[in-house]
Amino acid sequence: MLFWRSVNVRTLVSLLMFVCVGFAVLFGEIQPAYALPIYRVRAIPAFARKYGLPCSACHTAWPELNNFGQVFRDNGYQLGNDHDSPIFQNPSYFPITIRITPNWHRESTNHQPVDAIPGNASSGLVDGKVIQHGFDLSGIDIWAAGTITKDISFSVLPSSDSSGAFHFENAYVRFDNLLNNHWLNVKFGKFELDNLISEKRFLFLSSNGGLYQNHHFVPVGDANDFGLGVNQLGVELAGHSDNSYRRYGVAVLSSNNGNVTLPSNRSYDTYLTFSQAFEAGRFGLERLGVYAYIGERPTFSLTSAALSTAAGNTIAIPGTGSGNKPFYRAGFSGDLFLGELEFLPFFMHGQDSAFLATSTPANLPLPVGAHAAAWNGGLVETHYYVTQQFVLLHRYEIIRMSQQALPGTPAKLGNIDGYSVGYRWYPIMFSRAGLAWHNEYSITRTQGAVPLSLDGVGLPPLLPTNGVWSSSILLGFDFAF
Amino acid sequence: MRVKISSVAVFLAVAFASAGFGQSVEIGKLEGRASTGKVLYRRYCIGCHGPEGDGNGENAAWIDPKPRDFTAAVFKCRSTPTGTLPTDQDLFDAITRGFVTTNMPPWKPLTNQNRADLVAYVKTFSARWEEEKPGPAIAIPPEPPITIAGILHGRELFQKNDCWKCHGPEGHGDGPSAPTLTDTKDNPIRPHNFATGSRFKCGISNQDLYRIFMTGLDGTPMPSYADTMQPADAWALVHFLRTLQPFHTQEAATWKAWLPGHREEIKAIGPEGGSGASP
Repeated sequence: MLFWRSVNVRTLVSLLMFVCVGFAVLFGEIQPAYALPIYRVRAIPAFARKYGLPCSACHTAWPELNNFGQVFRDNGYQLGNDHDSPIFQNPSYFPITIRITPNWHRESTNHQPVDAIPGNASSGLVDGKVIQHGFDLSGIDIWAAGTITKDISFSVLPSSDSSGAFHFENAYVRFDNLLNNHWLNVKFGKFELDNLISEKRFLFLSSNGGLYQNHHFVPVGDANDFGLGVNQLGVELAGHSDNSYRRYGVAVLSSNNGNVTLPSNRSYDTYLTFSQAFEAGRFGLERLGVYAYIGERPTFSLTSAALSTAAGNTIAIPGTGSGNKPFYRAGFSGDLFLGELEFLPFFMHGQDSAFLATSTPANLPLPVGAHAAAWNGGLVETHYYVTQQFVLLHRYEIIRMSQQALPGTPAKLGNIDGYSVGYRWYPIMFSRAGLAWHNEYSITRTQGAVPLSLDGVGLPPLLPTNGVWSSSILLGFDFAF
Repeated sequence: MRVKISSVAVFLAVAFASAGFGQSVEIGKLEGRASTGKVLYRRYCIGCHGPEGDGNGENAAWIDPKPRDFTAAVFKCRSTPTGTLPTDQDLFDAITRGFVTTNMPPWKPLTNQNRADLVAYVKTFSARWEEEKPGPAIAIPPEPPITIAGILHGRELFQKNDCWKCHGPEGHGDGPSAPTLTDTKDNPIRPHNFATGSRFKCGISNQDLYRIFMTGLDGTPMPSYADTMQPADAWALVHFLRTLQPFHTQEAATWKAWLPGHREEIKAIGPEGGSGASP
């Protein structure tokens, strides 16, 4: 009933327009790709069931949080009504949410080395285009989160790729309102960095659009594995004002990029974030924030070469990385509203040590002329909320190398441009579950390198001067229960 | 043709106005608009209060206490006398504060403008807002100093006015009448338990508690004592009720300091009429 009441002429016109655009893109001349798993993002209908609130109460369009949802999250999944503890819930309530996106998608990538005579390995390689398409699945999230008791909350998110291989996307316990103070909350475990523009909660799903390039970019040839969009392991001290208009976070994190079993080294990184929101009358709530991640990564390990065991296996000694070299990411971001129009600007400056950027062990001399690699990146994402059940999406993203690590490297190598458009229509948005029809077209251009898309497959172009275009079209039913 | 167009325009204008979308409210410097509030209502409120504002949203069946029926325009938390409409500021404060121990959360994370718009839209559900004006805000006299005499007097009033029959002798909401209480829609309703929660339904301060006595909670069995209770008595009752809460209040400290040497002077509250002793 909610859906039919909300559908008006404007909605239908917008919908028709985007369906037409989608088909035009689908059957028109488009750029190339590879089949990629669908990246998933987060929303928790279990909370809607617990509190009887519709998805739209906490989400501008799920899974993106609005400020009410942000306050709920900042309060440790508590509304603050003295009814948050599970003791007040019906015993049959269990805080489990699942999310998956059955879909059809098409991937296309050009400037790929392909057989001169297809199927003939000896025919040599030529520059070609690779296209794949078909019906597919995303991975699945099976998420439990909530309160253990008043002011102690948790989240456990086993998440799989589309083949069913699971890992822990997050798992943490949070102690909220220490000393009865909103400004003192401690989170311990694996969690998302407190990014103002969250990649875990954004509205894009395709292989090329389903990640922020900035959140995972490293220069070509760089040994650093860090990604701002990757959940990290550590401890976080965070706080917020009563309405979360002002927020801060300080986190100390293992230098393992969120990987378990201590695979990297024994050092720690630091992440700092601060944001301030202010009311702008009928425009809405405007938020600006800054962030910085300061880290280091090992450049060699205690065992410099893999050893062979008696059984013939090779062994590595995890957690023995040495020769740490520094890197950082810093920038600002915003969440700005003009009524139903939302802008998400983001800027990042990144720098990696010359040793990391050239993959040189710190106990060896650097290549001649090597220095730190540096780059600038940014994006602007736009959402227009036609209704709370229909949102139009757009994003433009850019990364530009400002300094290559080696003097002979082409100045533009690794540069990225990304464009995404799409819409999400939520015909079902109860306080029990949600279903969205998602249609998206995303395209990236990566200079002389493998496109930074979600499966990480693909090959560098034959010529480093080639810009590789990789595009995705995705149509799917995104549902969460 | 011109006449027809004019007629259509007038018809649409009347229809638009009668639908309430032209309604606006003034809350401080804010102008709340019902047309904007409708969008917000659909986003945040419709699940419980329902598309018609009658408290029959899709979740209503699972919620206790039931969501407010805006079509009746009867509101618990007001600054105005019982039986009258609340002020726009009262509605704004109620949305901001939420209702502790219910499913109505504090909506403070919404902007002030959003909440003002919601007030304007909530007022479109009942014709009462067109026909009546809000009552005059009741006056709250200055709070007297907290004394053991005042607390004991409040304790006497708690017994004498039969507050304990609903709220229980210890204020735990478990008085003998508690299981029988219903609201004006015949839904079961529980008296406030002073032992839990840091807040009251309609606020957190002593002034808020005083206001509850004097306005009553319309739509519930909690009556107004404006005609029967003097301000000094109401303040005494406020100070006594604060001693029932599990917090380190000044009232509780005064009570705990006095009590050890005077236990035998007071009788337990309840059917046997445990009035407080005069120190």
